[in-house]
Amino acid sequence: MLKRIVIGAAAPVLAIVIAMVITIVILLMSGNSVSGFMSTIFSAPGPRNVVNIINNSSVLYLSALAAAIGFRMNLFNIGVEGQYRVAVFAAAAFAGQGWLPGPLNVAVAFVVAILSGALWAAIAGVLKVTRGVSEVISTIMLNAIAVSLTAYLLRKWGHVVGNSLQTKAVPKDSWVPGLDVIPGAPNEVLGLTLVAVLAGVAYWVLLNRSRFGFELRATGSSATAAVASGIDVRRMVVTAMIISGGIAALVGLPLLFGDTHSYGTTFQSGLGFAGIAVALLGRNNPVGIAFGSLLFAFLVEQSSLLEINAGISNDIVSITQGVLVLSVVVAYEIVRRYRQAAEQRSVAEQLAPVDTKQEVAA
Amino acid sequence: MTIANDALAPDLGQLPMDRRARRIPVWAWLLVAFMLISFARVVTGSNELDSAGTLREAITAFIPIALAGLAGLWSERAGVVNIGLEGMMILGTIGAGYFGTFYGPWQAVIAAMVFGAVGGALHALATVVFGVDHIVSGVAINIMAVGVAAFLADLWFSGLQGGGPTQSPPVEGPASINLTGVSDWAKTVEDKHWFAVSDLASVVGALTHDLSLLTVVSVLLVLATYLILWKTSFGLRLRSCGESPGAAETLGVNVYRYKIYAVLVSGAIAGLAGGFIVLVGAGLYQNGITNGRGYIGLAAMIFGNWRPGGMLLGAALFGYTDALQLRAGGGAVHALLIVIAIVLLVYGIFQLRKGARVAGIVTVVAAVLFALWFFLTKEVPADFTRMTPYVATLFVLAFSAQRLRMPAADGLRYRRGEAG
Repeated sequence: MLKRIVIGAAAPVLAIVIAMVITIVILLMSGNSVSGFMSTIFSAPGPRNVVNIINNSSVLYLSALAAAIGFRMNLFNIGVEGQYRVAVFAAAAFAGQGWLPGPLNVAVAFVVAILSGALWAAIAGVLKVTRGVSEVISTIMLNAIAVSLTAYLLRKWGHVVGNSLQTKAVPKDSWVPGLDVIPGAPNEVLGLTLVAVLAGVAYWVLLNRSRFGFELRATGSSATAAVASGIDVRRMVVTAMIISGGIAALVGLPLLFGDTHSYGTTFQSGLGFAGIAVALLGRNNPVGIAFGSLLFAFLVEQSSLLEINAGISNDIVSITQGVLVLSVVVAYEIVRRYRQAAEQRSVAEQLAPVDTKQEVAA
Repeated sequence: MTIANDALAPDLGQLPMDRRARRIPVWAWLLVAFMLISFARVVTGSNELDSAGTLREAITAFIPIALAGLAGLWSERAGVVNIGLEGMMILGTIGAGYFGTFYGPWQAVIAAMVFGAVGGALHALATVVFGVDHIVSGVAINIMAVGVAAFLADLWFSGLQGGGPTQSPPVEGPASINLTGVSDWAKTVEDKHWFAVSDLASVVGALTHDLSLLTVVSVLLVLATYLILWKTSFGLRLRSCGESPGAAETLGVNVYRYKIYAVLVSGAIAGLAGGFIVLVGAGLYQNGITNGRGYIGLAAMIFGNWRPGGMLLGAALFGYTDALQLRAGGGAVHALLIVIAIVLLVYGIFQLRKGARVAGIVTVVAAVLFALWFFLTKEVPADFTRMTPYVATLFVLAFSAQRLRMPAADGLRYRRGEAG
């Protein structure tokens, strides 16, 4: 039992060790202080930092879930970035109009966002099944197109606020209140972080307890076996992309309704790519992704102090993140090989003849 | 690349039986494109469509994409999918930025290739030695490279005059070729605005003024790749690793070694692409200067059916649209709309005659929509012109899916001893 836990934890631990070692090597080679780095990163975060970590990790979690659904289907949805941008713009534009009262506004805006994100992802999915276009490239192209498209729409319909363009602000009765759960923190946990938890549970239920989830995992493992079982692979691909886009749409909503209350040129970007890294780190497993997003959010939050406390550029953390992703997959491979070799050895031991002097009958 | 393509083969309709007899050579396509653009220029009066200046800009935009496509080709022909091209290009940019600032242009070129090759070595280690999924490794390398470049830029360039934490001071590029007599004469012919003749003069003008030596090197690299991969036994063995590594292994080819060579060369060429962007394109290093060109290069490679000639055509298309929107903006891109409409119309008629009803009707409708867009507007808004290379990539990939065939064992994990 203990052995199983050790083997199970071996890969992530090995990955973290490798990432730390490489980070330390880079720090040494660039003449930075390793002790300064360690003390800043591993210092206990203050209450304000804890709130930031929770908020960021829940948003990362949603982004990673979106990518993970695709990965389970062997589809590389790199387009989470573009999908959430389109979705949050649509939701902000709709909610800003204020046609509906309070909570209903939020609910319908959610639906608008999910539909927009799903549609954007569906473009890549349809291109893949009808024209065989690789979804890696099409989603990346769609990201870039989404940036220009939302910029254009902002220019046409947005208002100038300060030195950025914003959509019309969401009316006050549609603002989602924060949760004041961390004592001593001046900021609040975004109310919609609960969406992340719900989404995680829904993801697990969908993939592990539903027929659709089974078909999805089957198609991801072996497309030919799936076809033999009567699963329509093409429909699965498009459906998976649509679901992935729909979840990606949720990424921007906690910020929209809890914090900025409008979408503009200054809205947080880069959440899509970070989500992909977290999904890879968490091995597409909802619990793993939760740990991964907490870890990433923790690293990013602590790194903002690196420049002040230790004079180290906080880009070192993005190197650590990238190394972590690669080392996780490599570590899993190493552990898998070790297990395979160990199994083969134990089988060989058990099958070895007891008395080697016995002749094998012809 | 990802899901088994046979389970997902698009409904292709009828494939022409005698493909060899009907394969249209690359130069014919170029001629047709040339004529179309010349026609559009005369009809719309939009001289920026193919002025010498625009074409020079197009060359500067086209070379990094072509080099990226070439890098992808080396790797994928050996069976390793290289999504990490963008990351290797980024490594090349920072290498060129540093060595260009503190040493000289050609040292910067070598440095860019070495930095890119380091990225390639990492990808090779992960995919060939450890058998990691190729796309996952590529994505991880892209993430890492962004961080490494930003970190190094902050380390090396902060506090330098003309530089800063996210950009280098201006770097000197390699020498350029300048045949002033020829280019001046070409300019006079170009200014006459005659159909086809003036456009030819623009091409001559673009090639004889300010043509970087690195451009010449890059074109020679493409040629060298073709000769090495298709005319030598080394190349044949490398390609066999991508088509059927099991069969190659039975013939004594060390598949691991060939894959590692291929990915290292791929990384070096991608690094060179990054170096070109810094040294010739922009004249300095800046965070994010690659701007997705690695992926566009991959698209060019796919469009070219994993062959250098087709890849060049794809890269030229993307480079041209990129240059057009950068340099000439809304008016010239607007003129391009009528070119697209004509191309779509011709292709749609071709499809209808072949019997592909639905596809043909879709294409003709698209052609009509583009024509309407052209006639109803005066110019294309700036945001839309910025999208042009990306939309072009999508369109081109969507339309050219039929005749593409990737190397048979591309992206598949290979372990020694699996043959038979």
